[in-house]
Amino acid sequence: MLKFWPLLLAYLTRRKTRTVLTVGSFAVSLFLFCLLVTIRAGFQQGVQAAGADRLVVINKVSLIQPLPLAYRDRILKVPGIKEATYANWFGGVYQDERNFFAQFAIDHTTYRQMFPEFVVPDDQWRAFEADKQAAIAGEATAKRFGWKVGDRIPIKGAIFPGNWEFNLVGIYKGRRPNDDLTQFWFRWDHLIEKAPDWAKGFVGWYTVRVEPGADAVAVTKDIDSRFANSPWETRTQSEQAFMASFVEQMGNIGFLMTVIGGVVFFTLLLVAGNTMAMSVRERTGELAVLKTVGFTDRTVLMLVLAEVTLIALIGGAIGIGLAKLFTLRGDPTNGMFASFYLPPSAMAVGAALTLLVGLVAGLIPATTAMRLQVVHALRKL
Amino acid sequence: MALPLVYNLESVRARWRTTIVAILGIAGTVGVFVAMLALAKGFQAALVTSGDPDNAFIRRAGATSELDSAITLDQLRPLEDAAEVQRAADGGALASPEVVVVAALPLKKTGTDANAQVRGVTPRALEVHRAVKVTEGRFFQKGLLEMVVGRNAVRSYKGIAPGDTLRLGGTSWTIVGVMDSNGSAFDSEIWCDADLLNSTFQRPAGVYQSVTMRLTSRDALNALAARVAADPRLKVQVERETDYYAKASRMMTTMILGLGSIVALVMGVGAVFAALNTMYSAVAERTREVATIRAVGFGGGSVIVSFVLEALFVSLAGGLLGCVAVLPLNGLTTSTMNFQTFSHLAFAFRVTPLLLGFGLVFALLMGLAGGVPPAIRAARLPVTAALRDL
Repeated sequence: MLKFWPLLLAYLTRRKTRTVLTVGSFAVSLFLFCLLVTIRAGFQQGVQAAGADRLVVINKVSLIQPLPLAYRDRILKVPGIKEATYANWFGGVYQDERNFFAQFAIDHTTYRQMFPEFVVPDDQWRAFEADKQAAIAGEATAKRFGWKVGDRIPIKGAIFPGNWEFNLVGIYKGRRPNDDLTQFWFRWDHLIEKAPDWAKGFVGWYTVRVEPGADAVAVTKDIDSRFANSPWETRTQSEQAFMASFVEQMGNIGFLMTVIGGVVFFTLLLVAGNTMAMSVRERTGELAVLKTVGFTDRTVLMLVLAEVTLIALIGGAIGIGLAKLFTLRGDPTNGMFASFYLPPSAMAVGAALTLLVGLVAGLIPATTAMRLQVVHALRKL
Repeated sequence: MALPLVYNLESVRARWRTTIVAILGIAGTVGVFVAMLALAKGFQAALVTSGDPDNAFIRRAGATSELDSAITLDQLRPLEDAAEVQRAADGGALASPEVVVVAALPLKKTGTDANAQVRGVTPRALEVHRAVKVTEGRFFQKGLLEMVVGRNAVRSYKGIAPGDTLRLGGTSWTIVGVMDSNGSAFDSEIWCDADLLNSTFQRPAGVYQSVTMRLTSRDALNALAARVAADPRLKVQVERETDYYAKASRMMTTMILGLGSIVALVMGVGAVFAALNTMYSAVAERTREVATIRAVGFGGGSVIVSFVLEALFVSLAGGLLGCVAVLPLNGLTTSTMNFQTFSHLAFAFRVTPLLLGFGLVFALLMGLAGGVPPAIRAARLPVTAALRDL
């Protein structure tokens, strides 16, 4: 095959503009494909990152309604539950409403064990335990606002009125590439100390861990039945189902984006494929000459296929590479996505799709070229 | 001197295959672009039409939305007494103190829960929110566990049709009617008695989350705001109702427009590539024609204009096709979660003439980008060399 390399190269440079444009079309389609996959993964992030053995207990009415702090001990008595932690949504504003990021008031004695995917250095966690006004931010949020450990972060309360100030003592990282690095944690005991009376004695939700081997469904029912017919009925779900309910609610938007984008992706690929088919058709005469001088049918077929797949693969590689670079720069919407990450599996799918389209686009003109009757073709010259 | 347009039309027809590919590329791009704009526009419109420019919306100072706001009864009284507030026929102030609770209800479509906004109001609410009309059954009666549901809420959630009983916060409520506010956010809500809602959720009586008041005139807002600011009892912010709702749509609209424009931009680059390819091959195939045209006396400028017009024609056809393709979206109802109110909102796509205009302009821009470089190449073809090929 190598000896045909100069010939291939000559084909590719035959019409430089067209080669560049076709490579460009492939690059653009693959860039778009990767972008859409990343957006979709961004919407799904919570579901994929959810812990398999964790349950979330919220007020049956909705997540907004609180649950009594006293439920903690009662939940821990449920057979099959190993540990429990709780948190509150703070919903404050940092400088401007547009600077949105999730702020949680967390129980500093139990939260870290419950979420091992968030990695905080030991010394930073000790500082968090020692200072009531301490806070820990995710790497992405810290980077977004240029925060460093030791900074004082002012946040204007919305649900909990007043001006709040926190000492940033730590920055957490994720164990997996799609972990949510945008959260901001501070201490629940600090929240409750400063919060209005109505908030005292209540938490936003509980997260509990089911013991290995315990029946999660039975545990779920057990928890909910314990609090049935109380003023604060609970609704227990697996963390995954809890996260999925958010995605379901966002639902249509993510779905529309991917469907519309998917259609366009294929249109663009067809455009690229058609151009390649066109360029082979134009060369009927040249191919006939090749056959006349003794090239076999097979070699002509392989030559044409090699040319189109080469174009497709170069374009695809450029597109996927650019997309990877783009996603590495982080979330372009500034805070809408907990993670903006292009999974390698999607890149592989993209590469496979490129190859497939290249082959399909090349196959028809290539077989035509192979079956070419030399006499007929030469007559056209 | 200009070349006749028929020449371009004929040449487009002669290379119909590549032309169709270019048209499809541009149509797809314009379609997605307009669809995204229509989505954002529809979302914004659903919220903005919830507001009435003659109404003032009042919440606690510092509160970002109704959910984290609180207005107490002793704040409500001086607000109602303000001179800028219109009086009803019975002399009472046209003010609607409201309580909001978010309730998780199962969606018909997926069976999973979504957050519905339950709004506790007084019967006065219908006089303040003039757009809301009861279209089926009747409005709830004060003091009874009854609810009126928005027309989009009835369609979205299971078990809240008129006559149904809804368990909420340990009490059973009867659905007695359906209300319609012409596609605004209220159509996704459920309304009931404010005091009953407060007591059901163990909230202190006489604490509301917002007050909406009808102004004596549209210009009275500033006077009301000044009066409120001067009153030390009132730690509240006064806004025009339309402004409040416009802000409540900002986050989602920005996201849709942001993502939509990135996607449309990338697709636009792809479509320009397709257009360039089509036009370059048009130029290449017509080398002799162009040389002949030049030889009979047409200038390079005429050739450029001719080829650019051809590209514009192709892109315009693509743009029109894309616009026509998204027209059926107009009025189509979809829904999403508005994180600013933490609740599910149904809204309709809005394909407005302005958005279609944007789409066509986008198409023509792509046509220009795809047409000018090949046109310049055509004009630069050396006449003698090209003719020698004959």
